[in-house]
Amino acid sequence: MNSHVRTGLTLGLCLLAAIIALTIAQRLARPQIELSRQQWLMQGLSAVLPTGPFDNDPLTSVRLVTAPELGSTDAMPIYTVFRDNRPLAAVLSIVAPDGYNGDIKLLLGVTIDGEIIGTRVTEHRETPGLGDDLEYRRSDWITGFDGQSLASTSAGDWDVRQQGGRFDAFTGATITPRAVIRAIHRALDWYDSHRQDIFAS
Amino acid sequence: MTVDDTIDNIVTRRMLWRQGLWSENPALVKMLGLCPLLAVSNNAINGLGLGLATCATLIVANCSVSLMRGIMTPAIRIPVYVLIIASTVTLIELILQAWLPALHATLGIFLPLIVTNCLIIGRAEAYASRHDLRDSLHDALAMGTGFLWVLVLLGAVRELTGQGSLFDGAEVLAGSLGQSLTLQIFSVDHGALIALLPPGAFFALGLMLAIKNWIDQRSATQVHEDRPEETLPATPSQIQ
Repeated sequence: MNSHVRTGLTLGLCLLAAIIALTIAQRLARPQIELSRQQWLMQGLSAVLPTGPFDNDPLTSVRLVTAPELGSTDAMPIYTVFRDNRPLAAVLSIVAPDGYNGDIKLLLGVTIDGEIIGTRVTEHRETPGLGDDLEYRRSDWITGFDGQSLASTSAGDWDVRQQGGRFDAFTGATITPRAVIRAIHRALDWYDSHRQDIFAS
Repeated sequence: MTVDDTIDNIVTRRMLWRQGLWSENPALVKMLGLCPLLAVSNNAINGLGLGLATCATLIVANCSVSLMRGIMTPAIRIPVYVLIIASTVTLIELILQAWLPALHATLGIFLPLIVTNCLIIGRAEAYASRHDLRDSLHDALAMGTGFLWVLVLLGAVRELTGQGSLFDGAEVLAGSLGQSLTLQIFSVDHGALIALLPPGAFFALGLMLAIKNWIDQRSATQVHEDRPEETLPATPSQIQ
């Protein structure tokens, strides 16, 4: 056989083997990947939701909403839970676009009355050691929002203490907490006026 | 197999391991794969995760290249190596995504970037393409472990100086069991922050290089003083 043909055939066979192996692996892994993704998401959601049981599965009661008040031009998922056929709480996915190092992504759990159940940072690139006290596993700062609402905290109080607000800043990092505080305040405002639409079936 | 062959094999193996772990260490001597090394080594667990992933890729790549060396022709060898390495990394990524999603999220872009780690294609071309399966496997294990220990040590040093802990975030590798592995050696409000930032990676690696060179130099002069009439042992690369 011509050596060029042989070389080409060898390369072709290698390609074919790689394609087959990867296709099989992807098929095998796909259900597990989907499962892990859902568990991951559910873990995040349960941290900012009241304890169950609920009438519905929050993962399937999701709608995508595009609103600049949520901090992103993308459609953001909003999860809702009901109990005894009445709306109980919603989880908003929001972005604080003005962090020290770009976007800070958060999950914000709010009751039907507009009170914050909990909030968690899901993604950020803030300076390690200074800005990452946002993370629940590093500091309990993020739990300072629990129980706050527009009613309990007036518009001027949504800021760090140095600026006359009621929230702590981190030592050496003010931009990061301010970005988060403002993002949450904005989202609460938006939630207040869109509550009906969010829970409408 | 004759006795000579066996001894020969043992000598080869020992040399492979010494090269991988120390004298030809991929990170400290060959300076290969420094981009992920510096980027991911901000704590010991991240270093361990990436080191294990790199090691696994190296093993699969070296073994398949060694097995295929009979049918490989010079013209297509590089594309085939790239194909093997890229497929292996994709496989590892799928596995991590499915069973260790937290680790997958931490390593982020540096997992697919293992494809571009010159260490792997380097070992395929320089070693596995010319040696049998067993030697290639040993080479992959030795080089992979060499890369791994540097990554973990670098991560541990940076983590310790930066935040005073060791194995923080072990739960991403070992689940709930890992949480108890985290050691807070000393408590710091703000450790040497620079150790956690990118410049800290360069400082720490530079320090490790200096220490390694110092150890090598010291043992070289010691040999020299002990047996002045003998010449220095040839470096492994000269033997090869």
